[in-house]
Amino acid sequence: MSVSARIFFVGGAISYRALFNWIQPGMYVATMLGSPLFQILFFTYVGRYAGSQDDAFFIVGNAIQVAAMAGIFGMTMGIANERQYGTLQPLLATPANRLAIFAGRALPFVVNGIAVSVFGFVASWLLLDFRPADGSVPALAVAILVTTCSCVALGMLIGSIGLRARDVFFGANLVYFLMLLVCGVNIANDDLPGWLGAIGRCLPLTHGIEAAREIASGVPLGDVSGLLATEALIGLAYATAAYVLFRVFEAEGRRRASLETY
Amino acid sequence: MTARLFGIGWVFHLKSLTHSLFFVLVSVLQPVIFASIAFFMFESGSQTGTLLYLALGAGLMGIWSATLFGSGGAIQWQRWQGTLELMVGAPPPLLALLLPLTVATATIGIYSVAGTLLWGRLFFGMALDFEHPLTLAVALPATILSLGMLGLLLASTFVLYRNANAFSNLLEYPVWLATGLIVPLSLLPGWVTPISWVLSPTWGMRAIRDAAFGGNAWPEIGMCIALGLVYLGLGALALRNFERLARTRATLSLT
Repeated sequence: MSVSARIFFVGGAISYRALFNWIQPGMYVATMLGSPLFQILFFTYVGRYAGSQDDAFFIVGNAIQVAAMAGIFGMTMGIANERQYGTLQPLLATPANRLAIFAGRALPFVVNGIAVSVFGFVASWLLLDFRPADGSVPALAVAILVTTCSCVALGMLIGSIGLRARDVFFGANLVYFLMLLVCGVNIANDDLPGWLGAIGRCLPLTHGIEAAREIASGVPLGDVSGLLATEALIGLAYATAAYVLFRVFEAEGRRRASLETY
Repeated sequence: MTARLFGIGWVFHLKSLTHSLFFVLVSVLQPVIFASIAFFMFESGSQTGTLLYLALGAGLMGIWSATLFGSGGAIQWQRWQGTLELMVGAPPPLLALLLPLTVATATIGIYSVAGTLLWGRLFFGMALDFEHPLTLAVALPATILSLGMLGLLLASTFVLYRNANAFSNLLEYPVWLATGLIVPLSLLPGWVTPISWVLSPTWGMRAIRDAAFGGNAWPEIGMCIALGLVYLGLGALALRNFERLARTRATLSLT
């Protein structure tokens, strides 16, 4: 294994264990499984009452969106908490490949996001009688993977901003809730005012959720490849912006000796 | 003396919470976002719910969130800030010092109701026509007070669990559902209804809606007050137990 690959895999795993040593099983179950489950139930029941769409619309939308919890909050903490814990300076004093350090951190959150999303679908299957089209599960898994990766990319961007901002978690929370509104999670993008829909189309989730809904209704993966490619490209754009910001803030922090000042 | 302590403590914590960006998010921005989601869902659906109905529901959702996150971790926060020992060591009973804080967390929920009503008025031209404005002026404080008492119960019981913050995350959506803030209880499984009876937001929401849309809100206001007193009694007992255990085991400042 090359040095960069080792930093990517081993460094990513170690950083996750170090930064999230406070996670207890009970805390994980309540926050990462319980809360998403009740979010799915809540919006499905609101949807039934409103009579706007069928259950599957809300189940797929929310079961995909809950991956953003790991993607956005987790990834934000995965970068910004280095500063809060006082470990940013030693980390950046190493000669290690920055891209490997930066990208390696994403891996645990991608895995976590997928696990949360899969749990959401399974719970919906058990509790809400959700049944995706026959044979659609592998394609649905691809949609979950792509969408989770793009959410993690957005989390990377917010985390990078957290290297400079005083209260990055306010931004992370706000983005998470706004995604519920503008990304087609509970309201079809066409039913939103034009400007809100346009914001949603520039964010991760929107195209991934649209693709997942099509897949769950029986459309083959090939027919939604355009949507998934768009989702992947949006994620790539956010990841690139995040890495550029990370390097800019690193350089600025060194120049001004302000890496860990608030 | 106790009233003065309550008043000063309440104003102090209200100011302190108002300066917190997290509580601005929970009590203003989040309810407005949820009200918008509900509005667009209803607009594209077949249900003829009024905007005012949704705005009031989303406002109450904000009050619950502010109470849950503010009160659920209240003792833990004092512990992290190093002020818990001072509170316990001070001459007034701990209850008299903690109650203003939990009521303040519910009170900043007023921002939620004000925020969602203002949002509806400014962006959607929602008419603010209340059938019984005076009753509403009683129903809202009664709801907030009862939630403040519920907050005391949360504060004094959550402290027994190490993962209390995670517990707060878990309880936000279920209570929104089980108290009928947006979705009528008749749409939920039957076993949810008895749970809703012991949760004061259920009665608070009914009182506020009766006051806003016409109806007799006074029985629900009475239920809010009665439940608030029950929460206060249970909270006081739990708090006394917490204080006794913490003194006996010398664990007051241990997380």
